[in-house]
Amino acid sequence: MVASTVKKLLRAGDWLATPLNAARYLETINPLWSDHGRGRVERLIQETPDTVTLVIRANGAWAGGEAGQYVQLGLDIDGVRYWRCYSLASPVQPGSREFSVTVNRLDGGRVSTYINDCLRAGDLVHLKATAGDFVLPAQRDDQKLLFISAGSGVTPVMGMLRQLIAERSGADVVMLHFSPDYAHCIFHDELRASNSEQRRIHLAVTREDARDGDLAGHFSADMLEQVCPDWRSRQAYVCGPSSLMSAVSELFLGAGLSSQLKQEAFVLKRAEVPEGAGGKVGFVVAGKQVDADGKTSLLEVAEGAGLTPEHGCRMGICCGCLATLKEGQVRDLNTGEVFGESGEKVRICVCAAAGDVSLEL
Amino acid sequence: MTSLNHSHSAVPVHPSLAHLSAADRDAFADEVEAIEARVMSSLGARDARYIRRLISAQRWLELVARLVIFAGILHWSGFIIGALMLALAKILENMEIGHNVLHGQWDWLRDPDIQAATWEWDNVCPSAQWQRSHNHLHHKWTNVIGMDRDFGYHILRLSDQQPWHPGYLVQPVSNLLMALFFQWGVAIHDDELATLRQGETPAPRARQKLDNLLRKIGRQLGKDYLLFPLLAGPFFLPVLAANAAANLLRNLWAYAVIFCGHFPDDVHEFTPEQVANEDRGHWYLRQVLGSANISGGPLMHLLSGNLSHQIEHHLYPRMPSNRYAEVAPQVRELCARYGIPYNSHGLARQLFTVWRKVFRYAVPGRNDTVLQAR
Repeated sequence: MVASTVKKLLRAGDWLATPLNAARYLETINPLWSDHGRGRVERLIQETPDTVTLVIRANGAWAGGEAGQYVQLGLDIDGVRYWRCYSLASPVQPGSREFSVTVNRLDGGRVSTYINDCLRAGDLVHLKATAGDFVLPAQRDDQKLLFISAGSGVTPVMGMLRQLIAERSGADVVMLHFSPDYAHCIFHDELRASNSEQRRIHLAVTREDARDGDLAGHFSADMLEQVCPDWRSRQAYVCGPSSLMSAVSELFLGAGLSSQLKQEAFVLKRAEVPEGAGGKVGFVVAGKQVDADGKTSLLEVAEGAGLTPEHGCRMGICCGCLATLKEGQVRDLNTGEVFGESGEKVRICVCAAAGDVSLEL
Repeated sequence: MTSLNHSHSAVPVHPSLAHLSAADRDAFADEVEAIEARVMSSLGARDARYIRRLISAQRWLELVARLVIFAGILHWSGFIIGALMLALAKILENMEIGHNVLHGQWDWLRDPDIQAATWEWDNVCPSAQWQRSHNHLHHKWTNVIGMDRDFGYHILRLSDQQPWHPGYLVQPVSNLLMALFFQWGVAIHDDELATLRQGETPAPRARQKLDNLLRKIGRQLGKDYLLFPLLAGPFFLPVLAANAAANLLRNLWAYAVIFCGHFPDDVHEFTPEQVANEDRGHWYLRQVLGSANISGGPLMHLLSGNLSHQIEHHLYPRMPSNRYAEVAPQVRELCARYGIPYNSHGLARQLFTVWRKVFRYAVPGRNDTVLQAR
């Protein structure tokens, strides 16, 4: 009732706010009164020397999500907005809209480094809707679950575990989590404390001697048999580095149980592009794809494919030809620099494909 | 390749560039681009803070201005003070924010709300239509007579290179009307809408464009001349008048700044032949010769949307406007070294010479081409 009245008022306000909408003025007063998903960092928790948890309170415009899904988090770093996906490491609290993500510093990772070093409580983050099917089954009280994780792959699993604990679920859980050593074991204390008859949590370390009752070494079928002999009858989840992911998925594939395994890859690798190589160029609007070398400007490639993009000087000066990069990277033919983030505008008259790219043309 | 042949070819080069060899022009272009590269690689949080704070300040100013206008119900001075504040808000929105955002100067922020592709400004001309005629036509063909539709806006004769016809006799009046109704002039002088009358532009595209224009006009008029006045009830007319005054002041100011950008004395014009085989150096040199700056302090720069740095803006249309002040001395020094005139004078002097041209070219000169009345 109240909400619908507010909505009606806002719609009326849009006419007064034209050519913008009322939300643009409201967010001037309070950035969280925006119609875009936004959140405030309520507090930060240092989990390990290079991992930090952000507790974020989202505004009403953010659609929410389930533990284990990933949310796109947008941060302005040196003025430029970068978006990265992070798993919800907690369920979203219904009243407060609070949730957490846990971010491990990656070598050379601009965003993860910024989050670890520069982000402060009270800072604003941008949020996009969550996605992913790495979530608990809808009917779970009588289910038997198996979680396998390694490193920061523990975050979506932790989200699901916290949700089960919070809702006092009857689900039977076995968890197997790998860390290089105890100092870098994210959520170490909470995992220990959550270990119970109903939720049996096994920690394994790969580069340090295992302590009381813990396991040593990498994942193997034998290890799984040892801690969870009934793994074949469980709904399983795996999240971690690609070595772990492939070891687990091969085991399930061999047992004919692939359909029982949910996987979440969390490291996106950018394909290495050989110096000077081109790639496939996709024109999203026109629905065309063509091969291009690394020397021909994307404008010429587009024209060769029968498109007629707007352009001006064809010298890289006037920016009359800017097109939005959807995926992939481009090479500046003047400087040789390879660059490109999704959503960036590129001058197609002086940029060539560096690997596969798609453009909003 | 073109550039090498060019200096030896019969293609007429603009006289002010005759003293520069192809190598000089290349070197000039390199230096122009080096200045740009230094600034563009140093963009960061400071610049982002500038535009975000400016947008925020502008929106506060507009909110307060509307409230002060309503406060005119309690005391008449509110209508006047509010109208002045609203004029200032609209000037900031159109010039330092809108114009520059629509150039894509802030696209690098990757903020979907501050993007050339999505920004809609508080002006009857739809952003997309203006971007095409301004970014793609005016900036590409700066001061090329017959190609740059913004040269005289097809209403005024401001150069002896434009053939005279009797219609220009009334241009002192057209000039005044242009100043009063500047946003309308910008909205209707679009080339595709002009050809719609002549049936040249493919009908669906022109139709679509006209629909967008009419919708935008409807919303703009509805806001300032219907909805806000209606909210004031019996004070409908004073609120309408205050809003009209704000729009009028914005028009006059935008007219003044923009006419000073390309039409004062000593700004150069070009023929299509002179730019037919233009190289990189020619391009930049034409932008310098075809533009004029307005000298002044930070307030002049802010209120003019940094079009007081018209020369720098035409060299670097994508450079965030808050950086023009810092590159202007470098560009000026560069021009001095290459013997290129750099046109910068106060607002009054620039405007005076524009108006003098309006009167002078209303009548044909002794050697001017005269078109018979159409």
